[in-house]
Amino acid sequence: MSDHEYTPKSKFGKWFNDRLPLLTLSNHLTEYPTPKNLNYWWTFGGILTFCLITQIVTGLILAMHYVASADLAFGSVEHIMRDVNYGWLMRYVHANGASMFFLAVYIHIFRALYYGSYKAPREMIWIIGMIIYFLMMATAFMGYVLPWGQMSFWGATVITNLFSAIPFVGESITNWLWGGYAVDNPTLTRFYSLHYLFPFLIFGLVILHIWALHVPGNNNPIGIDIKKPSKDTVPFHPYIVIKDLFALLIFLIIFAFFVFYSPNILGHADNYIEANPLVTPAHIVPEWYLLPFYAILRSVPDKLFGVIAMFAAIFVLVILPWLDTSKVRSAIFRPLYKQFYWFLVADVLILGYVGAMPAEGLYLLVARVATAYYFLHFLVILPILGAKEKTLDVPLSLTEPILGGVPNEAILRKKKEI
Amino acid sequence: MEEDKKTERRDFIFTASYALGAVGVGAVVWPLIDQMNPDASVKALASTEVDISGVEKGQSITVLWRGKPVFIRRRTEEEIIKAKNVKLEDLPHPETDEDRAKNPEWLVMLGVCTHLGCVPLGDKGEYGGWFCPCHGSHYDTSGRIRKGPAPTNMEIPKYEFVNSNTIKIG
Repeated sequence: MSDHEYTPKSKFGKWFNDRLPLLTLSNHLTEYPTPKNLNYWWTFGGILTFCLITQIVTGLILAMHYVASADLAFGSVEHIMRDVNYGWLMRYVHANGASMFFLAVYIHIFRALYYGSYKAPREMIWIIGMIIYFLMMATAFMGYVLPWGQMSFWGATVITNLFSAIPFVGESITNWLWGGYAVDNPTLTRFYSLHYLFPFLIFGLVILHIWALHVPGNNNPIGIDIKKPSKDTVPFHPYIVIKDLFALLIFLIIFAFFVFYSPNILGHADNYIEANPLVTPAHIVPEWYLLPFYAILRSVPDKLFGVIAMFAAIFVLVILPWLDTSKVRSAIFRPLYKQFYWFLVADVLILGYVGAMPAEGLYLLVARVATAYYFLHFLVILPILGAKEKTLDVPLSLTEPILGGVPNEAILRKKKEI
Repeated sequence: MEEDKKTERRDFIFTASYALGAVGVGAVVWPLIDQMNPDASVKALASTEVDISGVEKGQSITVLWRGKPVFIRRRTEEEIIKAKNVKLEDLPHPETDEDRAKNPEWLVMLGVCTHLGCVPLGDKGEYGGWFCPCHGSHYDTSGRIRKGPAPTNMEIPKYEFVNSNTIKIG
């Protein structure tokens, strides 16, 4: 699996490991050589693992008390809130945990964008990550339907209706998804089944994500290839483990603030009204983490093309390793890319904001400009930048910029040759 | 030469096996997919009878049919005239009012916005008909799309007047 050999010290350990190499695997969580310059933006992988496990554990508990039935679901959620011991805590951790999960995943993704972590040889890590992200959105969407409140019902209606935009077979597909002619009990029960399944798919993909990561090893803020193990690396344990745990503690403070002090601030009041198929709430908004895509959907005046634009906005990320043609990974050495990177961050934040606003007047205009810029960034600016940008000199090792360029003779010679 | 013949025979067996295997897999997978389609109990609710004797001119009632709202509106003279006077070339989805309302006084249609399935609000919008609050589609007094992202007019379900006081939908 990697370039370093491992032999257990104890006799039993050796006997066991020869038959089932579990200890070799766990060695990947201890001696795994990690770049020594990783900053705190690299701690979100660990934080995300924590988030996934939290969602699975609290979800498992909620499933013991929740009833997936159009008549009983809304009541059973209130039963969890009022009657079940610590039910309120489990539900608030699960509901806010979804938001924290997305907060962490967005930071994780934008870290990869800044430091070029998606570039060769790490394309598979990136693609698996994007599949995880897509599954996360599907899981979160289906989970939001389960309390069977007004936002649950109408959110499910609007999102499943996206498929009705498909020519010819759209109606058959939506009826198949619903198990009827509208969102109803069959829809709720299948969403519950899939909402239970998907986190385990995500878990499996996370293992592949980490496996693919451990083949080339971590990227780093300088974005250069490093020799492993070497003076440029430290063992994962204890160095990275402690750093990750410290970051996790800070993250948990924010998490706990939401859970204990404003558990409903990220939700929508209308979801405390039971689902009513006869009345649509005046203003339907998805959860905050889906807003940029919702803004893209609404900015296109045509139904089919709106849906295509929304899915394209995700797909364009999948093919990013081939759209960004620059050989230099880190934005530190790409003065122009660095600026466009922050434009993109601003653009996505603007899309998120207008996604929460009514689709009319100035908001609609801003949404259209921001949508156009989003695609411009990936499809035009990045390919051109790779060819035109004058990048700064990249150091030959991690220690070089610190020690003034004489880490060892071999590198010095290599530099002269260049 | 002899070897070539043998290879061809093998190829045939392989292809035949793959084809049969594919048919077998397809036959097994289909029930797993089809179980998600509307079931017999959902299909059994396919029609509903509605008493409309209490509906005055200018009033609407909303009934649930197949889990979807159906608007039954007793239109005023003014609304009917307004709907009939629209030129077909002004409509994104051209349909005459006569085709949509068999009896011009009664408009029976699915109260589902053809954009993404919200329920439009009555007596609202720029054309005096319905307005969808979700993404801003405007419908006229015949339920035809006039402005906004919805691609088609609101759907007219299959219905008939059982007698002067009862409509059977479905």
